[in-house]
Amino acid sequence: MVRAVYLDNSATTRARPEVVRAVVSALEETYGNPSSPHGLGFRAERLVKEAREAVARALGAEPGEVVFTSGGTEANNLALVGAAHALRRRGRRVITTRVEHPSVLRACERLEEEGFEVVYLPVDRLGLISPADMAAALTPDTILVSIQHVNNEVGTVQPLPEVARVLGRGPGAPAGAGTGLPLWHVDAVQSLGKLSLDVRRLGVDLVSLSAHKIHGPKGCGALYVRTGVKLRPLLVGGGQEGGLRAGTENVPGIAGFGAAVRLALAEREEAAARLAALRDRLAEGILRAVPQARLNGALAGRPSEAAPHIVSVAFPGLRGEVLVHALEERGVYASTGAACSARRHAASHVLRALGLDPAAVEGTLRFSLSPLNTEEDVDAAVAAVGEAVAALRGLVRR
Amino acid sequence: MSRPVVLVRYGEIGLKGANRPAFERVLLKRVQRALAGLDEVRVDRRHGRLIVRLAAAAGRPGEPDGDGTLAEEVCQRLARVFGVVSASPAAETGLDLAEIEAAAAEALRSAAGGRPATFKVEARRANKGFPLDSQALARHLGAHLLRAVPGVTVDVHRPQVTVSVEVREAAYVYTRTVAGPGGLPVGSSGRAVLLLSGGIDSPVAGWMAMKRGLELAAAHFHSPPFTSERSRQKVVDLCRVLARWGGPVTVHVVGFTAAQREIYDRCPPELGVTLMRRLMLRVAEDLAAREGALALVTGESLGQVASQTLESINVINRVASLPILRPLIGLDKGEIVALARRIGTYDLSILPYEDCCTIFVPRHPRTRPRLEEVEAAEAALDVPALVAGALAAVETEVVDA
Repeated sequence: MVRAVYLDNSATTRARPEVVRAVVSALEETYGNPSSPHGLGFRAERLVKEAREAVARALGAEPGEVVFTSGGTEANNLALVGAAHALRRRGRRVITTRVEHPSVLRACERLEEEGFEVVYLPVDRLGLISPADMAAALTPDTILVSIQHVNNEVGTVQPLPEVARVLGRGPGAPAGAGTGLPLWHVDAVQSLGKLSLDVRRLGVDLVSLSAHKIHGPKGCGALYVRTGVKLRPLLVGGGQEGGLRAGTENVPGIAGFGAAVRLALAEREEAAARLAALRDRLAEGILRAVPQARLNGALAGRPSEAAPHIVSVAFPGLRGEVLVHALEERGVYASTGAACSARRHAASHVLRALGLDPAAVEGTLRFSLSPLNTEEDVDAAVAAVGEAVAALRGLVRR
Repeated sequence: MSRPVVLVRYGEIGLKGANRPAFERVLLKRVQRALAGLDEVRVDRRHGRLIVRLAAAAGRPGEPDGDGTLAEEVCQRLARVFGVVSASPAAETGLDLAEIEAAAAEALRSAAGGRPATFKVEARRANKGFPLDSQALARHLGAHLLRAVPGVTVDVHRPQVTVSVEVREAAYVYTRTVAGPGGLPVGSSGRAVLLLSGGIDSPVAGWMAMKRGLELAAAHFHSPPFTSERSRQKVVDLCRVLARWGGPVTVHVVGFTAAQREIYDRCPPELGVTLMRRLMLRVAEDLAAREGALALVTGESLGQVASQTLESINVINRVASLPILRPLIGLDKGEIVALARRIGTYDLSILPYEDCCTIFVPRHPRTRPRLEEVEAAEAALDVPALVAGALAAVETEVVDA
């Protein structure tokens, strides 16, 4: 077998050694329950506290504003459902976009079943929402706005500063802003460690994060909940996480998350520049090797609005799934659309929202980079794509 | 004093002569295998029945199977053994009227569950040495039960509980009969190779072949990168379900990418499926020779898709010398789906992994191919080399439940 080139980092990442050590140490040594009164419990509590501080630092938040969850999905569910339920007497409109992660969209469907009204903002060809659409959708009874930072399938970065302006948030906002409605949630699962997101400067109320997208362990994430924001918890019980998320803390996962976020924060600027260079090398290489290929998302038209780690490419006439397996035979791991939808039949809701034609949707592959990838990885991937496409060319259904 | 047993009935009309002892030997083996792991049971063969004795080996002979859970487990397992017609959890007693009376009263009490119930007695005296004949025994027991069990009344037409008594070398009393799958015990008819795709039909065809006593090996044609590791795992999982019915299944995963590409590159697209099926049969025949199998089994149902018209089946069939069994040939899709649900393969079969192979299915496959045109198209292929190549890329594993 050839050396593995892993370019599916938006699906999940390999844990870094520092993360593994933190997880193992929490399992083997600091195994107490943070709620226990004895020293072992105290040391576990301290571990969680340190991780909480690290996550808070990454967002410019206070540690008390970080709620650990079982991952990005739970964070999104808690943000959407928890906020809507807490505010149900204040209004019934929720605004989001057509290109959110399924954990936001399915939560919105749940809210619709419960009588809330959800507005799904359209996106343009590059995957960007229009702040004007957003302003038009805002009504006095809008209680919640949920906009993702980076799209997980195509890497488009939403114009959050403009959203902030429409919502009257951010540095220039009048005093007392941020106490009113609507609440503003940002799903930052794909941007953590790649783009900066300062919750105070942006004026955001809720932010979802996930550990395993930044070389942390699976099964751990967090929701930033601005001080003063009330949510109705999804899980009730022992009152952990400030009563917002009952259940004994996933101490090993949280310790690993803390280690991962510390590394990601320390390396972010350097990593972002390096990732963007790798991304461009990959995109240009693929376009050179396969002239018929087309980039999807902001990278195709406004690279300044593209995340540094995601390259979505359409190979019209080929099936993405087949291409994934053909690349796999050459030691390169990529993905069709998002990992979550790769096992389902339905065509990507994101690619359709961008207005791609069916052949492009069916033939789209996503390559996603991490700071652990190298130029050699990228060159090997480009070569493999060229070979695989050449081998499959002509194998269109006839 | 009664002993808990499960009475197992088998054999079908027409099974006679020299076939019978062989059938019984294989069935005994299959039943023992199905009950493996239950150390408290022992199986005896007696006068056209199998008797599963419960709690016999557990060092507590004669102690009844307290709450009947062991009998229940045995019946559930027997319901998956081909050749078993039905099974009844029963009490075995000596040929003593008082013992039979006591067992019948206990059985009726337990079936009625303390509530008022209507019942009737069905008696069968196979042992002519027993003083009461069938009718007299039924009458006698009915009268006894009316006295012995409070709250019960007789209803010979639509009873809630039927107390059955069979008098043989011992007497057997029971109130419940569980249907078995019928058919013939797996192995009693030999071996066959099943062409297993992972769709809904072929696992059902395999199940029906097993039902007629065939031991199965499966041939699955795998075309990476057009089919994924998940589609291959799906086939292994399907075999695991089949193994729950008929014992271990040997799966041969045949690497078929090169052959499919050759057909795609060299032959008219509308004949692709026909040529592919012909190639599959040739590979399967070679696997059958390795397996000592005397037939191939496919999930074809007449007219269902383009490759299953009579013209297609005719042209495809030509390349095989072994008989090709098509147990689904007369079934409608709905009937096949219903069987797949009963067997337990349906939910696996509808997993969507298989469809990557559709790239090789032309938009307009020929529904009525002619033999001459197919043979002419096939002349562009080095058939022996493709078969040899596919066989060289076979990976084999034995899948048990």
